[in-house]
Order: sequence, then structure tokens, then C-alpha cells
Amino acid sequence: MIKPLALTMLALMSASVAAADTPATLMAHFAQQAGSPVSALSAARGETLYRSEHPGRAGTSVSCASCHTANPKQPGRTRVGKRIEPLAPAANPQRFSDAAQVEKWFRRNCQDVLKRECSAQEKGDFIAWLSQLK
Amino acid sequence: MNTLLRGIGVLTAVGTVTLLAFSLPSGEAHGDGDVMPRLTHKNWQQECASCHLAYSPALLPRASWQRLMGGLDDHFGDNASLDPATQADILRFLEANAADSGASQIGSRVMRRMGAKDAPLRITETRWFVGKHDEVPRTAWSRKSVGSAANCAACHSKADKGVFDDDSVRVPK
Repeated sequence: MIKPLALTMLALMSASVAAADTPATLMAHFAQQAGSPVSALSAARGETLYRSEHPGRAGTSVSCASCHTANPKQPGRTRVGKRIEPLAPAANPQRFSDAAQVEKWFRRNCQDVLKRECSAQEKGDFIAWLSQLK
Repeated sequence: MNTLLRGIGVLTAVGTVTLLAFSLPSGEAHGDGDVMPRLTHKNWQQECASCHLAYSPALLPRASWQRLMGGLDDHFGDNASLDPATQADILRFLEANAADSGASQIGSRVMRRMGAKDAPLRITETRWFVGKHDEVPRTAWSRKSVGSAANCAACHSKADKGVFDDDSVRVPK
């Protein structure tokens, strides 16, 4: 009885270890994808990406801040009114801790806001800005 | 932000007109203990509820869920795409518990008012939903505190628990 339980716990522990990405490991990953050193990532470019307005639907404009608010340490709202936990790791340590989640939301939201995928450098810049917010 | 809200307002207005066009005389028995089937499914709860309430699969027929899950790249204007394995897993769950699966009473009530070949994408377009909400004044849908008819929890205070009976309804001002 004890052995299967111990094995299950081990499996769970290793699964959570495997998913334990951090802003730093993700920045390193995206910098490598972009073919540049991590030091070439720019928090300033990340902030510009976050705040820049793009043509949205029905003559409106859209930016990351449309849903995540001007202050990413604050909670946001989805288009149908559901709470979005803050994007900045300073306010929400869960952020940028799972590469699959990060890729999923970049894929969706870059398409929605920019009408294209984000480049590896843009993703790195974005995390560089958010992760240095205090 | 303001422009986005205005966009939502326009969408809501259009939605309300659509709702009214489908309005039927009050005939549905109200307050008959509307509780969604108690279901648990990890991906359904995690993925669908990232953006909105995890709407009960019992509120649309299988054909609707197949259409909806086949078009997540443009999910009412938003990209809600999933990896293929998660998408297939959620669709299987939705199909097994769909309105026409025979799995729930509420599903049977939804189907009673659905054409045989109907496969609406919006729960708010089903005659069942429209009939259920015929007492809601049209202005309520567009209130800022509500946002849109997709926001069940704005009025149904126990929506997150699957409880939609009349007693738990509080329409915000």
C-alpha cells in the first residue's frame, strides 16, 4: 500500500519540478531563440510593447493594458468581466512559472492584439519589463 | 479601456436586439430548481474558466460544441486556441454531457426548444435561455456592472457553484 503511494508522490514531485520555470529561465530561453544574449533583452521595449495601441474591433483600439490595465500589478478583467490575476510576478508569483502556459497566452494574445505572433525577442523583452517591476 | 468598453457596449446592444428578436411569450416554468449538473473535468474547468464561467455542457447540443471547439482560433473575436490534445479532451467531455446526450434534465429542457438541426454557438441564442430571461429588462444587459449576457455571475450569485435558481438572482443596478 505504501509503495504505490510513495511512487505517486515522487511522480507528482518530479512533475512539479519539471514545470518550475522562472522569469529568468524563460528570458534565457527566449534570448537564445532570438539568437542574442539575455543582456540584449530590453525592459523598455517590453513596456512599449505592453502599452502600444493597435487597431481593435469596430473602430476601437486594443493593447495589453486593455484587459490587464495600465498597471500590471493590478488585477485585470477579461472581455466578459472575469477577473485576471495580476501579470507582474511582484504581485502574482504564479506568473512566468510554466513555459507551456506562457507560450499559450503569448500565442493567443499576440494574435488578438497585434494580429500576428510575437517574436522571441518581444517575448523576452515583455518578461524582462514585467519581472523587474517592484 | 474606454474604447474597449464602448466596443463591448455595441456588442451587447446587438446581442440584446438578437435576444429580443427571439423572445417568446412566457411559458417556461420558472424557479424549478435550476441547478447545472455537478461535473468535474480538469481541462474544462481550467481552460474554459480562464476567461469566463465554465458554461455547462448541458446548455448546447453536441453539434454546437463540435462547431465551437473547431473554431477556437476565432472564439467570438478572441483567439482561444488550445493544443490539440487538450482541445480533444475537452470536446469529448462536452459531447458526453451535451444537451442532447441524455445526461441531464436541464439538457432535455434545452433540447425541447431546439430545432433538430440547430447548432447555435451562443447559449444566449437558445430559445431556452431567451425564455428563461424574458423578465429581464433590456437595459439590464448593457449595464456596466453586467457587461454582457455572457457574464452569468453578474446576476446569478451562485453561478460558480452551478446554482441558477431564482432565489440566488440579484440583478445589479
